[in-house]
Amino acid sequence: MKEDYIIEIHDLNKTFTSEGKSIQVLDNINISIRRGEIFGIIGLSGAGKSTLVRCMNLLERPTAGKVYVDGQEMTALTEKELRTARQSIGMIFQNFNLLMQRTALDNVCFPLELVGMKKKQAREKARELLATVGLSDKEDEYPARLSGGQKQRVAIARALATNPKVLLCDEITSALDPTTTQSILELLKDLNQKLGVTVIVITHQMKVIEQICSRVAIIDSSHIEEIGTVDEVFRRPKTAAAKRLLYSRGEHIDKFTGRGKLLRLVFDGSSTDRPIIAEMILKFGVIVNIAYADTKNIDGRMYGHMILQLPEDEGLVEQILGYLDDEGISYSEEG
Amino acid sequence: MSLTFQQIMKLMLSGLLETLYMTIISTAAAYIIGLPVGVLLTVTDKDGIKPNKTLNTSIGFVVNVLRSVPFIILLVAVMPITRAIVGTTIGSSATVVPLVIAAAPYIARMVESSIKEVDRGVIEASHSMGATTLQIVLKVLIPEAKPSLLLGAAISITTILSYSAMAGFVGGGGLGDIAIRYGYNLGKTDVMLVMVVVLVAIVQLFQAFGGWFSRKNDRRIR
Repeated sequence: MKEDYIIEIHDLNKTFTSEGKSIQVLDNINISIRRGEIFGIIGLSGAGKSTLVRCMNLLERPTAGKVYVDGQEMTALTEKELRTARQSIGMIFQNFNLLMQRTALDNVCFPLELVGMKKKQAREKARELLATVGLSDKEDEYPARLSGGQKQRVAIARALATNPKVLLCDEITSALDPTTTQSILELLKDLNQKLGVTVIVITHQMKVIEQICSRVAIIDSSHIEEIGTVDEVFRRPKTAAAKRLLYSRGEHIDKFTGRGKLLRLVFDGSSTDRPIIAEMILKFGVIVNIAYADTKNIDGRMYGHMILQLPEDEGLVEQILGYLDDEGISYSEEG
Repeated sequence: MSLTFQQIMKLMLSGLLETLYMTIISTAAAYIIGLPVGVLLTVTDKDGIKPNKTLNTSIGFVVNVLRSVPFIILLVAVMPITRAIVGTTIGSSATVVPLVIAAAPYIARMVESSIKEVDRGVIEASHSMGATTLQIVLKVLIPEAKPSLLLGAAISITTILSYSAMAGFVGGGGLGDIAIRYGYNLGKTDVMLVMVVVLVAIVQLFQAFGGWFSRKNDRRIR
């Protein structure tokens, strides 16, 4: 059976030209996003991810390639057709982009006014949407009086007003504190499940992807480096670019001196918080050095990664690897 | 023979009414022309929502030419047009014509700079919702720039007021006319002083009211 893709991007290229110089921002991008999923695109700033998401609703016109949204070839539409098509693609931004001279309620009414809905009907619908995002008591407040999280909720309500099939989220948690980020992500997940809206999340924050996405694409210097389930990609990154992005904080191990081999353990939540390292040390009577660790415990499950320096004894190393295999911990040798 | 206090007050009152009449009518008419021209300048700019280099450059050129002609010269130069429209070149109604011609391009630039302050992100968001150019102008650009537009209006109206006083040199009516006729031509310094004080007072009032009204209308202020 053919997969039901809501967004398909074929051989997309985007080049910006300014003052005679051209810079390629996106190079031969191919992505298919399934209907109803939460799809993440992660990359460092300057990788091209914001341009990529803008190519999905044609805020940026691709230099070459085709973009399909819900079966419609976006790249072939006229300006007028494009405006109509955009009504079924909601978008949320890092800086909220609310109308500062309108109340929360009137901000949500805005896209409805654009499609010519009667004022009374629009306000009714906007009220429902504000209730959905938990802001019923803030209807008459102006954005200047709302917190970052509340502003983003208004923006989400506004993006949902025209019942979009797709929600594009451009770094929507980057201006928010960790607790607020958490609640916004939960809201998105909730909306995805309740409304069945496909969500595309652009971010540089791994935790955002880990928390809500089912699949992820890693973008690095204009290329899609890897694409797959979050589990697959985050646990066993194949490309150097992906490793660099995912493990960027572990770089200082280069300076670590010692002769034993370095082993990177990845905890993907499949193991519990049993003290695996301690058990291993006791079992084999070996001394391992923890060169780097970045793990966290979520709901009694361990996520993150750790770099161990193993003893030089080859036989012992064999045994340790065997033990890790038995425990179902994935690992890779560091160069 | 010097004028009595009562005579001076009577003069002042008639001058004040003429000045207010010229200023308000000219400002209103100049906005009718200047506001759309200012919007057009912003919209057709290369970073605008509908870039159009030819249109932008041509409008910009006309605006700059009119802006660079000194008002006192414009006053005389447009006299044939004034006569054709009003039937005379003397008096406050006649002064409205050169005032509008001088103020409209000035207002267009004020409007342009106000609208350019609108956050690009908000415009992008409007595009993402499928807004047309006209919808963006009417529902986003002008409402979002409102506090800045109002402040610009206060500056414009005081500029027009001071231009109207200049028209006194060619018999344009109003406080400036009285100040020039009595003060400069007849050497009655007291009359001139009263008119100047009143002019200063009106400028202060307009400016203060404009600032207050702009702040009152700005929802970005907590």
